[in-house]
Amino acid sequence: MRSDLEIIDEWVQPNIRVLDLACGPGELLHHLIKNKQVNGYGLEIGHDDLNTCIEKGIPVLEQNIDEGLQNFDDQSFDLVLMTHALQQFRRPDLLIDEMLRIGKECIITFPNFGHWRSRMHLALKGRMPVSDFLPYNWYDTPNIHFFTFQDFERLCEEKNIKVLRWAAVDGQLKDHWWIRSMPNLFSETAIFHISR
Amino acid sequence: MPDVIPADSIGIVTPQIAQFDTPLTLSCGQTLSSYELVYETYGTLNKAASNAILICHALSGDHHAAGYHSMSDKKPGWWDSAIGPGKAIDTNHFFVIALNNLGGCCGSTGPTSINPETGKRWEASFPIVTVEDWVESQARLADLLGIQTFAAIVGGSLGGMQVLEWSIRFPTRLQSAVIVASAPKLSTQNIAFNEVARQSIRRDPDFFDGNYLENSSVPTNGLGLARMLGHITYLSDDAMGAKFGRQMRHDSYQYNYGIEFEVESYLRYQGEAFTKRFDANTYMLMTKALDYFDPAAQTNGDLAAVLSRAQCEFLLVSFTTDWRFSPERSEEIVNALVKAGKQVSYAKIEAAEGHDAFLFPIPRYMSVLNTFLTRVANRLTTEVK
Repeated sequence: MRSDLEIIDEWVQPNIRVLDLACGPGELLHHLIKNKQVNGYGLEIGHDDLNTCIEKGIPVLEQNIDEGLQNFDDQSFDLVLMTHALQQFRRPDLLIDEMLRIGKECIITFPNFGHWRSRMHLALKGRMPVSDFLPYNWYDTPNIHFFTFQDFERLCEEKNIKVLRWAAVDGQLKDHWWIRSMPNLFSETAIFHISR
Repeated sequence: MPDVIPADSIGIVTPQIAQFDTPLTLSCGQTLSSYELVYETYGTLNKAASNAILICHALSGDHHAAGYHSMSDKKPGWWDSAIGPGKAIDTNHFFVIALNNLGGCCGSTGPTSINPETGKRWEASFPIVTVEDWVESQARLADLLGIQTFAAIVGGSLGGMQVLEWSIRFPTRLQSAVIVASAPKLSTQNIAFNEVARQSIRRDPDFFDGNYLENSSVPTNGLGLARMLGHITYLSDDAMGAKFGRQMRHDSYQYNYGIEFEVESYLRYQGEAFTKRFDANTYMLMTKALDYFDPAAQTNGDLAAVLSRAQCEFLLVSFTTDWRFSPERSEEIVNALVKAGKQVSYAKIEAAEGHDAFLFPIPRYMSVLNTFLTRVANRLTTEVK
């Protein structure tokens, strides 16, 4: 399992109700169902990913998150997850509100655009960064919002969202002291555990 | 007619009849003292009797779901595209049972059968049966065949309602439920369509209050009309447009009530063909069974509450252009299952065919179905080991 997923795993309590938004092939959910006995569901629209989840026996629902999550009741899940997907939705701010309406707590991971390599790329080359981690051109990227570790912290402040804990990892998804000391500059992936 | 039986067909199949002498009390309060169910099976039941799949049919379906009855058959069973060796419902792994429901007109006891108490055909006196009654009778068929627990129960449309009922009524008797293009209850519009269908039959002068066979008559006009109406609701606007558009029979308008547009000819043909194979009383019964189904009524309309009894895994499938049982209707079931904390997966398949899509071998639909059932089959193998 990817180590950002390992970090999330440590944060998740056993036997809770979990909703994983844009769950992909269900790697994290599979792990949480097996090892933490969670009552978990994934939302996904990718046909191959849906099939992979069904194949593994992971409950998965075909639902387009951009079309709304009104079908889920207030506080009906203990935890709502979203890994590496927030930047792909139309209104991340409204989506976070929805996640905190449905879930008592949320864990969100996203690529930190404030990483020094992205900054260098834009500053020196004058072009939008393309890296192993974000391997898309500006015109074909599914990532329609770029934001940094600090941008996310600021949004939480503005919305009075509590940050229960956070972690920051590099391209190899490893945790190092220098990343921890300057996450906005050194983290490639940011992980936030939040609640109202 | 098949010159040769295709390699992925189950081949020639023979219907069987099960006789039941234990009285069955129906939802309406009446009791059937004895009855018969006609059914077919495909594949082989394993020693543990754990690999059985029950197929529940929809409004106009029957027990002949797959294979051919003889080499002179024009077409195979109604769901041959999904049932057979190597197909989505793989008869190499599963023992598949398909039956004709009670009240049907294809061999099971129904309005055209002889009432043993009178020695005459039941016709109008045949009691109205419900989805609950069907599930009860299907469970008795399972008992007779030595099947305590089904690996899966599968059904589309009205068939999906039977699967839902199974999961609530006999939670320990199925491991998985596949519900395709269905709903937890009919919408008002659906009931309205059914009422028009029934009225077109009942107002046919050849109906004789339902005792038409006794009067050597058949309400073909009414039944044909009912089917024409039904057919329109099973197809999407786009599918009809793509198939017929405004294609005309003649080069110019005839300014009369003959057939001008090809779609008229198609509907008339569908209506007429249906009257040759289907009984009007059965058609009316089936529409009533649809109307009455509402399992959440027993929990004050709370579907999640009634589904909390279920213990099986669920797969739900809907089709984007289905407006008779739209994706939103399947999603009502999905949302209730999620609320109740049940194991459920859901796929919304892009399809142009409307409600009828559930009978078509749409590649992604078949792939989802096969993926789900392969896991069911693999689990069986592990359990045996």
